[in-house]
Amino acid sequence: MNWHRFFHRRRSDAELQEEIRTYLEEETAENVARGMSIQEARRQARVKLGNPQRVREELWKQNTVATIDNLWRDLRYATRTLGRTPGFAAIAILVMALGIGANVALFTVVRSVLFNPLPFPAPNQLIALYGKSGTDNRGTVAAADFYDWQNGSHSFEQMAIWRWTGYNMAGDRNELPEFLQAVTCSWNLFSTLGAQPALGRSFVSTDDTDEASPTVILSWSFFKRRFNADSSIVGKTIRLNSQTYTVVGVFPQSFTYPDPKIQLWVPYHEGVPKVILHSHYSHTSHVIARLSPGVSLSRATQEVSAIQHGIFTRFGGDGPVTPAVVSLPLVQDIVGDAKAPLYILMAAVFCLLLIACLNLSNLLIARAVARRKEMAMRLALGGSRMRLIGQQITESVLICLSGGLLGIVLAAAAVRWLTMYWLDLPRADAIHIDATVLAFAVGITFLAGILSGVLPAMLFTGARVSAALQDSARTLGVSASKASLRKNLLTVEVALTVVLLVGAGLLFKSFLQLGAVDLGCATRNVLTMRYFLRGDSYSKPEQIVSFQTQLLERVRHSPGVAAAGLTDVVPGDGLYGDTTFSIPEHPPQPPEKRDGAVFRTADPGYFQAMQIPLVKGRFFTSSERLNNSNFVIINQKLAREYFPNEDPLGKHLAVSWRSPSPENYEIVGVVGDTRYLLNEPVRSMMWFPILSGIPGATADTALVVRSTTDPATLGIPIQKTIAGIDPDLPVSNVLTMQQVIGKSTANSSFEASLLGAFATLSLLLAAVGLFGVLSYLVAQRTGEIGIRIALGAQREQVLRLMLVDGLRPALIGLALGLVASAAVTRQIQSLLYGTRPLDPTVFGLVSLVLLVVAGAACVIPAWRASRLDPMRALRIE
Amino acid sequence: MNKKAPSDGEMLKGTLDMMILRTLITGDAHGHTIAKVIERTSEEVLEVEQGSLYPALHRLEDRGWVSSYWGASENNRKAKFYRLTAAGRKQLLRETTRWRRMIRAIGLVMGEEATSDGGAR
Repeated sequence: MNWHRFFHRRRSDAELQEEIRTYLEEETAENVARGMSIQEARRQARVKLGNPQRVREELWKQNTVATIDNLWRDLRYATRTLGRTPGFAAIAILVMALGIGANVALFTVVRSVLFNPLPFPAPNQLIALYGKSGTDNRGTVAAADFYDWQNGSHSFEQMAIWRWTGYNMAGDRNELPEFLQAVTCSWNLFSTLGAQPALGRSFVSTDDTDEASPTVILSWSFFKRRFNADSSIVGKTIRLNSQTYTVVGVFPQSFTYPDPKIQLWVPYHEGVPKVILHSHYSHTSHVIARLSPGVSLSRATQEVSAIQHGIFTRFGGDGPVTPAVVSLPLVQDIVGDAKAPLYILMAAVFCLLLIACLNLSNLLIARAVARRKEMAMRLALGGSRMRLIGQQITESVLICLSGGLLGIVLAAAAVRWLTMYWLDLPRADAIHIDATVLAFAVGITFLAGILSGVLPAMLFTGARVSAALQDSARTLGVSASKASLRKNLLTVEVALTVVLLVGAGLLFKSFLQLGAVDLGCATRNVLTMRYFLRGDSYSKPEQIVSFQTQLLERVRHSPGVAAAGLTDVVPGDGLYGDTTFSIPEHPPQPPEKRDGAVFRTADPGYFQAMQIPLVKGRFFTSSERLNNSNFVIINQKLAREYFPNEDPLGKHLAVSWRSPSPENYEIVGVVGDTRYLLNEPVRSMMWFPILSGIPGATADTALVVRSTTDPATLGIPIQKTIAGIDPDLPVSNVLTMQQVIGKSTANSSFEASLLGAFATLSLLLAAVGLFGVLSYLVAQRTGEIGIRIALGAQREQVLRLMLVDGLRPALIGLALGLVASAAVTRQIQSLLYGTRPLDPTVFGLVSLVLLVVAGAACVIPAWRASRLDPMRALRIE
Repeated sequence: MNKKAPSDGEMLKGTLDMMILRTLITGDAHGHTIAKVIERTSEEVLEVEQGSLYPALHRLEDRGWVSSYWGASENNRKAKFYRLTAAGRKQLLRETTRWRRMIRAIGLVMGEEATSDGGAR
């Protein structure tokens, strides 16, 4: 009702005027009837009515909702003010949009990835269990350990095990053969997580036994892509590794555990070799579990750890058994390493927004100064302070509101971009803008508006403001205190900018360091591709060796190929596997002191193809194959560490590589160190002959080809060569070595460039702020400078005076920023590579850049001041 | 202007609305008539200030106690007429009851002239 009245005030007023007119006429008529003259009658009527304006005002007020009315007026006023300076308004809105947009985007990602519960029922009860030995807190679990845990523990509703695997799928209907990333898991993985199939059924315990016929569950994306979402596939069979598997179910799109790239799930007994299934030594799998209600994480972990300790004691000294168990909530396990960069970026964008707010605040102060007399006058006339503050805040809220709207649009785009280009971002499929995010956006918008508006508003409506009324037009340097406030704001702004610049600088230096790391092998003109020799056609060593040698022969004779070799994993592509070993010639070591080495396979030509130098001894020979293959090549690191004062050649390593119990391998050569990952230190490494042809152990192959020209052009011909030998064999990861390295530097470059962009933006804002404040100061002090010059001050003196005035906040801000950076950079240590958090180069460069930019921003207004014509300056005002 | 002591003509707050409603019981009327009727029936004791009459009329209309329409006055001028609605009739009844109770109560306190024992105290 109020509202109705409020919005119909105008009509109501018009009617009232009409009524008043009627009244006057009636009254006049009556007075005339009483015998008055027409003039007197009219006069009397007017006297009787009183002031019609008051009546109108009365009604108008009665119809008005005061707050809305004020707000409306403030809004109109603010719009007009902004409209008068469209350039300022556009820039302010754009800056706010960037700040708010970046915050909303990062908030969306952080919330979805770190804080949203996993898409499973009662996700808080889900945990991941890992082996703990030495400093390794994320040791994968041996299958036999898992079965002991499962049988011996009482803290869990369910416990499940899984490991990464992959299958070759031949094209039955002329499709290309493809390699499918898959998971082999205990039957209860799905029920542990609480996931239900979209079609068919989940695994049951009878699927996960030695005798069960092979079954498979499809992911939704694979089901859609390869089978056109035809639900009749359930119950039918597909061929994986040339073996027949019955499709029992399809899981919905929402289920992507452990990774959206997974296409298939296969029962654990089906997917894992018997040797590994009953081994306490082969640590290959991940374990997840659902806690029983009321059981705490620590109690459950203690229980499992006790079981594991029992196993450790039972096998003590006989092989690599994990001594203890650690656990963590499943969500943390999934989020993993993404946490640190996410938090850092979130902090960075928040800094950016803060800087944007400070800048806006600064600009608004400048504007408020111009209106201080008006404000003082209104206060003196009894205007309420709240009203005046409200009016000033409206302007900044209006800017922020427009910025916020634009920012949400930007954020939507940014979120899309982030999820697309941020490789390895976990839970990327769960990221989306929802109501909470929008609420956050609205909240942060108003916060920004109030933050940037409140300071100027408070300042210019304060009690002392009436002093402004006393200022005469000739008073010089009146608003020194206002200017110093602006300088303080600038100082904070500069300090924040420095922190961002230092952070970005450190990350960028890490990225450069990573790029400069020597992998230990050829990285130019090298093409790699992977394939997996599995299934019936590769169940005997002879079949594998025959394929490999045939392929090598053909590739080596292809045009453009300088050298070719085979391994299982190329340098820089990951750890893949390590195992413990012992040296029969040395006294036995206690199990906890045994160290592991990364294991790799190689053919005789691999090292030359990759230009990995031979330090000592020889490479494998072509006769060292099949059963005559108990030889091993070690890297320098292993030689230095385990054979410090002796010749490793002719000694042996006892390793359980292709068999559950250790076998002796004779060391025939020592080669140069290579890195398994660019940003990890070199580890001990041992190489076994790939031509031993052991199914399983040597089936995973990476073909490397060093070319004489652009390696990428060799991709298609070599794939055709492979198809010429086995048309059903899928080839994956056709990458040049540069691309392999690029994968491991991608995240680091991504983080560095994002933070770099934020830092650049804030530097720009700080520069604009400096320029604005100094220009303002010059304008303020025009008269004073005029007097100085008139009294004989040199231009250089004036220039220096103004420069110092402008640079002081920059210098103080720089000092504060450096101190703050020193305190903060330790937090990003985990993201740094080969760079110390207090890297002097970075700190020095940042200081230099800041000084140059600040100097450039100050020099124009300062120069302008020194060029002032004293006569004109004094005549101003 | 000489400052007047609170005159008899100044109305108790809230009573104007009631009197407007009462006036309208005899038939629809425009602002001028309403003011005249009140003044006349009060034997010119009450003086209706236009400054409060029109806002009061609009307020009553907002609350749905009177409705309005434009019509021709006795002298054939365009005028806004007010009419008592059913809700207004009920409101008038409530107000009247309340008002009667109030004057009785005030009368009791002040000691009514009609009763013989009250006046001395």
